[in-house]
Amino acid sequence: MKEINKIPCRKSITSTLVELGQKDKDIVVVTSDATGSATLDDFAKTLPEQFVEVGIAEQNSVGVSAGLASMGKKVFVFGPACFYVARSLEQVKVDMAYSQMPVKIIGVSGGVAYSQLGATHHSLHDIAVLRTFPGMEVYLPCDARESRKLCQYLVNHNKPAYVRVGRNAVPDVYDDDNFEFIPGKANTLREGKDITLIGCGETVAHCVEAANLLAQDGIEARVLDMHTLKPFDKEAVLKAARETGAILTAEEHSVYGGLGASVAELTAQECPIKMRILGVPDENVIHAKPLEVFHHYGFDYEGIYKVAKELLKR
Amino acid sequence: MNSKELTKKAETLRKNLISLIFHGGTGHTGGDLSVLNLLTVLYNHTLNVDPKNPKMADRDRFVLSKGHCAEALYTVLCDKGFIDQKELDAYGTCGAHLGGHPDNSIPGVEINTGALGHGLCVGVGMALGAKMDKKAWKTYVVMGDGEQAEGSIYEAAMAANKYHLDNLVAFIDRNGLQISGSTEDVMPLESIHDRWTAFGWDVKTINGDSVEDIMNALDNIDFNNHKPHLFISRSTKGLGVGFMENVAKWHHGVPSTAQYEEALKDIDNRINAL
Repeated sequence: MKEINKIPCRKSITSTLVELGQKDKDIVVVTSDATGSATLDDFAKTLPEQFVEVGIAEQNSVGVSAGLASMGKKVFVFGPACFYVARSLEQVKVDMAYSQMPVKIIGVSGGVAYSQLGATHHSLHDIAVLRTFPGMEVYLPCDARESRKLCQYLVNHNKPAYVRVGRNAVPDVYDDDNFEFIPGKANTLREGKDITLIGCGETVAHCVEAANLLAQDGIEARVLDMHTLKPFDKEAVLKAARETGAILTAEEHSVYGGLGASVAELTAQECPIKMRILGVPDENVIHAKPLEVFHHYGFDYEGIYKVAKELLKR
Repeated sequence: MNSKELTKKAETLRKNLISLIFHGGTGHTGGDLSVLNLLTVLYNHTLNVDPKNPKMADRDRFVLSKGHCAEALYTVLCDKGFIDQKELDAYGTCGAHLGGHPDNSIPGVEINTGALGHGLCVGVGMALGAKMDKKAWKTYVVMGDGEQAEGSIYEAAMAANKYHLDNLVAFIDRNGLQISGSTEDVMPLESIHDRWTAFGWDVKTINGDSVEDIMNALDNIDFNNHKPHLFISRSTKGLGVGFMENVAKWHHGVPSTAQYEEALKDIDNRINAL
């Protein structure tokens, strides 16, 4: 694996908002006692008039955000992903999605980022739930640079959206800013004709590394960075299905209802192919560090490599 | 309009409301009737809103947190010219624009409600936004009394106090009944006054069955007292229709043809007595 960048995705987003918020007074950040965990200290200090702290009250924070958005504020509400897509889910459903209030949830420390803190703090259901809400957009950027581009886009985007980022810094998938980020369009990180590996968020770097290993065995794997889970890039998936004939998905999410399910729903109906979904099975996650969890359930680069080889043997 | 004229309007709208529910075949009749006076006063006496320009920038904001009383809101919005009578006529039919809870595709509706305990949170956001932009417009939120068991309301109550939202006016339509019976049997709420005072709000009790009392209350709000405002609007569930008044089962119910005629007669008697 590549070396790890020093800037976590959450910090990349908050730094971008500090910069943009100084020029645009309509940018407002709301949080529920997550100033530290979301790295909002700079924003709160630099732009106190644009910063709202509602205390440990996720339901209210989403409702307040919707109210602010209804009068034209560009609202980013920050807090642990686990709470925003569970405790305040009804507010996300009604006040944001159904009401089409363009609030942006930045769910920090998503997936299993809280490691040993256990299932109360994991968010392995967020993609599955949120993609069923009409009009709701879902993003999982894979590194600090992509998080920044996503944030720049979302500031003036007039739709409700959920962004999940992790806690720790992650390896750079993109070495510089010279790449295109088009919402709803997967980025092809590597061309290949034998199989396609699709990741989202932190599993993208693992897909890249697995493709490197496969290449050593003479297998050319295509790699897609599916940063947008909704609206879903059907075109890229169907193209991959037709051109490579096999797809393996890897996600820091339940194997139910997430990236893999999105791919399977599409390919089963329009272009059936060999497929495997790697993610967290239907069980309470082991207590371990995030990468240990990835490895345990086989959605790290080693697991992806192994399953890709098996899939191609079938 | 003076209080007498507005009282008459409220009674006329009461007939329209009953007609809407009867013909639509659905409705939260009891609560619609208890909150109708309040909505009539808000839309005809207090709110700075324009049916010709529902998105007017500096309009007052209104949120019906007890969204199940959509029929009362639709009746008032139609009378004001926000929505067409044809839309009301289609209520209850397959694919009708108007649903059993308000949504913001309807002119004059700011936010979708129907799940309880949401409206005050959204209202806090609106009022906070107005403060940020130094705008003079106000935010009004109407909640139910059964709704007061929802915990999210108190999250919003704390935030409104923290940010000194004296531009926020909330109401509790205190009719004393919810779907399962008396609010005090289902979940004791009293003392509502003490509870909200402890949360730092400016609390007053008004007679929600009296248009005149509501008008006086709304005319005398101190918008510079650094406190959010709560009116406990004591009302009668099913107000104006004898057989519906204070009967919990009319929380949600549609009158039969005979009951419909009786209801209209009751309201006519109220109009004649004015």
